[in-house]
Amino acid sequence: MIKVEGLYKSFGELEVLKGVNAHVGKSEVVCIIGASGSGKSTFLRCINLLEVPTAGKIYIEGVELMEHRREIDKLRQKVGMVFQQFNLFPNLSVIENVMLAPVQTRKLDRTAARDKAAALLEQVGLSDKLSEYPNRLSGGQKQRVAIARALAMDPDIMLFDEPTSALDPEMVGEVLNVMKKLAQDGMTMVTVTHEMGFAREVSDRVLFMDEGVIAEEGPPAEIFTHPSQARTRDFLAKVL
Amino acid sequence: MGLLYTLSDALYSNLIRESRYLLLVRGLNMTVQISLYALLIGIVIGLLVAVARITHIKVLDGIAKLYVDVIRGTPVVVQLVIIYYAVLAGSGLPKLLIASVAFGINSGAYVSELIRAGIMAVDKGQMEAARSLGLSYFQTMRFVIVPQAVKNILPALVNEAIVMLKETSVAGYIALDDLTRAGNVIRSRTFDPYTPFLLVAAVYLYATTIMTFFATKLERRLHASD
Repeated sequence: MIKVEGLYKSFGELEVLKGVNAHVGKSEVVCIIGASGSGKSTFLRCINLLEVPTAGKIYIEGVELMEHRREIDKLRQKVGMVFQQFNLFPNLSVIENVMLAPVQTRKLDRTAARDKAAALLEQVGLSDKLSEYPNRLSGGQKQRVAIARALAMDPDIMLFDEPTSALDPEMVGEVLNVMKKLAQDGMTMVTVTHEMGFAREVSDRVLFMDEGVIAEEGPPAEIFTHPSQARTRDFLAKVL
Repeated sequence: MGLLYTLSDALYSNLIRESRYLLLVRGLNMTVQISLYALLIGIVIGLLVAVARITHIKVLDGIAKLYVDVIRGTPVVVQLVIIYYAVLAGSGLPKLLIASVAFGINSGAYVSELIRAGIMAVDKGQMEAARSLGLSYFQTMRFVIVPQAVKNILPALVNEAIVMLKETSVAGYIALDDLTRAGNVIRSRTFDPYTPFLLVAAVYLYATTIMTFFATKLERRLHASD
């Protein structure tokens, strides 16, 4: 589904990614953990070219992104993304947020798009907020709208960039539950997270990033109980 | 008693005698017309310049930046006189048109910066979220960025209109009978240095107060959905 080879990314003098290799299979749920500044968000953002890599190759379903940059809008439709700061469109109501991309990019007619958006919002438990504006929602509700918005494009892959980091603690659960459900339904997911409980419980594989590379990876049971690397142990000792 | 008499006498000679108040009325009419046309021209130029600057096409961006720097770095009176005498004098075009174009060109530089700032003020995450959904740059601008930018820009634009109304007071330099010049004309008839300009000031203040009132209302409405 996703294959990344020798990915490098620098911001000016600062080299953030120093040769990342990774692959994610269909329906696989992968969590990326690591300290702040380890490059995990940058890595995730490279997967749909929100950051343009300095070097390396990224394949989405066999298509290399850098070679197909002209078709990036099409390619991005297959890859949904959820942001730490939600980034809902404040000028549009909840249902319009979800409808916008399908209507504009798929030329889906508005009634069909509306029905679909309503169904997705029901899935994330927000049927009663369809015509609300984002600023009237709580953080957890906003993030669930953002997930529905991404799902409206029928993506094959979902990327989550610290989806619960900006939430009040009591709202983390509602968002994680939606994500769990998504994982159970077979969505291919890559999640950058500080929620170790979620990583342990839901993911098939955990990638530990440190200093711009994937330092260690494996099934959560292995990574969390007996990590092979000293730096993984150090990190886990700090967060667990 | 003496003071009251002086005051009413001054008002009489500066306003009523020979229907001089009509000079002020016509002057205000001219001032409003110049301001309105200039603002419209300014918005059109401002939009084009802002787009030129935002798209980062080097040549366009360079020209746009030069325009903004030149206009903002020189007084509007000087621009007006140059455009009137040096560029359009022989053309036989009406003065109102020339003044509107001159003030419009001036305003365009400021409006372009307002528009640019309004667009830049939209959170970067908005562009990323829309693009990540597969929307193109132009779709994102149209449905996400510009609607939010307009909210930032409109109040500033009303402010620009207020500034414009006052700035056109130099239109007398090309012998256009605007409000300020009307004051001058009355003064030259009555030899009263104070009253005509106090009246002119009152009219300007009245006009800008009305505009400020609407600006405040507009701002409140725009913030209603926040």
